Amino acid sequence: MLKSELIARLQQDYRHLPAAKVEKAIDQLFEEISLALIEGRRVELRGFGAFSIRSRNSRQGRNPRTGESVEVPAKRVPFFKPGKELRMAVNGGVDTD
Amino acid sequence: MSPPKTVTRADLVEAVARKADIQRSDATALVTDALDQVVASLTQGDHVKLSRFGNFVVRSKRKRVGRNPKTGEEVPITPRRVVTFRPSQLLRERVEAAKLRR
Repeated sequence: MLKSELIARLQQDYRHLPAAKVEKAIDQLFEEISLALIEGRRVELRGFGAFSIRSRNSRQGRNPRTGESVEVPAKRVPFFKPGKELRMAVNGGVDTD
Repeated sequence: MSPPKTVTRADLVEAVARKADIQRSDATALVTDALDQVVASLTQGDHVKLSRFGNFVVRSKRKRVGRNPKTGEEVPITPRRVVTFRPSQLLRERVEAAKLRR
């Protein structure tokens, strides 16, 4: 499913709202999660999961073309941990944890 | 600096209502339905691609032998399907750029 498909489905279910507002709302939902992560904040959505920022230490990498050793700098990357309901749903109703 | 406050579903609903200029009740329903649609897609094994944000992907993991890190005991890990999130290049860059501004 693409974001455009998600928006189209919701526009059908929310006929009382202008289509442009439904599109804006869905775009804004994911933009708000992005903005929170950019600020270093954690986003918790019960049943769905939690978004957070994980720090990756700098490490020695290698240029695959030249074989030269290079320092890969420390990074902060977005991370998602699925919630229990989502975990079970994709796994045929069986909890894994 | 104290760790910034966790963002909840209510915070997202509030921001969506304000910025999309819709009733709070509609924003609440839309946020819930949007996330439910994502879960439903993933449950069917369908990937979810949200441009600018990232992709949710369902992956199958084979059976393997794990180990209880405390006791060293071997425990079988059953085959399973798991969801992983791959943030978009844009989101990665925005998060990195914010770090440099601190």
